[in-house]
Amino acid sequence: MNSEVLYQDILPAGCHWSFRIGRGQVLRLVDEQGGANVGMLLYNAEQLLDRINIPDTLKCQHTFRLTAGHCIYTDMGRVLCSIIEDTAGWHDGVCGTCDADLVEQRWGRKTYQQARNDMHRNGRDGFLIELAKHGLGRRDIVANLNLFSKVVADADGNIALAQPAAAGSHIDLRFEMDTLVVLHTCPHPLDMSSEWPARPVRYQVFEAAPLSDTDICRDHCDENRRGFLNNLHYHHGACHHHGGGH
Amino acid sequence: MIRESALVAERASHREIVLAGDYWIHVVRAGQTLRILDLEGNQAADTLFYSAADPAERYSAMDTIRHQGNLYLTAGTRLMSSEGREMLEITADTCGRHDTLGGACATESNTVRYALEKKCMHACRDSYLLALMKHPEFGMDKRDLTHNINFFMNVPVTEQGGLTFADGISASGKYVEMQARMDVIVLISNCPQLNNPCNAYNPTPIEVLIWD
Repeated sequence: MNSEVLYQDILPAGCHWSFRIGRGQVLRLVDEQGGANVGMLLYNAEQLLDRINIPDTLKCQHTFRLTAGHCIYTDMGRVLCSIIEDTAGWHDGVCGTCDADLVEQRWGRKTYQQARNDMHRNGRDGFLIELAKHGLGRRDIVANLNLFSKVVADADGNIALAQPAAAGSHIDLRFEMDTLVVLHTCPHPLDMSSEWPARPVRYQVFEAAPLSDTDICRDHCDENRRGFLNNLHYHHGACHHHGGGH
Repeated sequence: MIRESALVAERASHREIVLAGDYWIHVVRAGQTLRILDLEGNQAADTLFYSAADPAERYSAMDTIRHQGNLYLTAGTRLMSSEGREMLEITADTCGRHDTLGGACATESNTVRYALEKKCMHACRDSYLLALMKHPEFGMDKRDLTHNINFFMNVPVTEQGGLTFADGISASGKYVEMQARMDVIVLISNCPQLNNPCNAYNPTPIEVLIWD
């Protein structure tokens, strides 16, 4: 992607943040060190009841693994964002997030009083803090993405966290509606590392290239073509290069 | 894991048939046992649980999966809450595997999965919403409709990361039973999906039974 970077920043390891991103913009997340986990929740910015729905995302694309070509859906049948590039290859959507008890059991308690801003935070509390900034709360926590974390299942359904992707891996999310992004960089809840494994992530915002006649996400399957049509209806058929039609 | 129950239907304190396309919302107290019975086979019972004392604490598919390190629910599974507490334990299961990845059908997701013209076909999330609107005493609304269990549904995940809605492994008379560890609000939509071969395109009744 050659588009100019409109904004970029680093979210330090084990922290949380939230921001709004516009329809037609790309959010690139870069795991610069390798081994990062980005817990992420997404809400339609103009209608917060319309939010990420992992079950619908998985079943309409017949996938457990999330990677390039897949779309992330809301519970209202709309596409929040499309994974247009992914060098990590596999992202988790079913393991949820670490909470205070899990972090304390696995890596010990590290309070603010002891460690100042190197304290151990946890994903659930991070989500709650960020959601509260937008008038949301416990009832609004749904299944989240765990970007850069690959979780595999064997034939009996036993799950395991696989080796992390290489340092420098990135994923590009092209937003198909104005979206509230809530994210944290706390460890994946299946991470059994003995040392606190949180890693920072770089994030960048670009303008997306215009949607072309063939698109890796819209044309991935008939379901995604219909999802893009739902977005077009949602945006009242407004002529926009990310509306979904040709 | 197949585990049969010793409980006798005639001694249940509550029995109710829930027709396909209907909802059932009911409080089950700590210590009570709830059985869901698949009367005719391969019916999906889309189920959510909430703490009766604090409905913002609710069934969490993610915490349940993570807690047991396995994607499928069966006898021995502890159904965990969003606050990491055990809500119920599955104490008997003659089906052997239940899904908690696939979520509930919705009119909107039907447009994506099947066809835009299917948007007015009855769906679980409409049943859920109606249940919550008809029962304002629980103080819940759309925000509370999260990631549910599909009892009697078979949604296998492959090692390559695929996910399929396979033919059901349930049959007439199979059941799943769970004992409550806290007072819970149970919300079931007896699934009306007509587009998915997993129920042979034929939604059928279930029975719910409670023992004290």
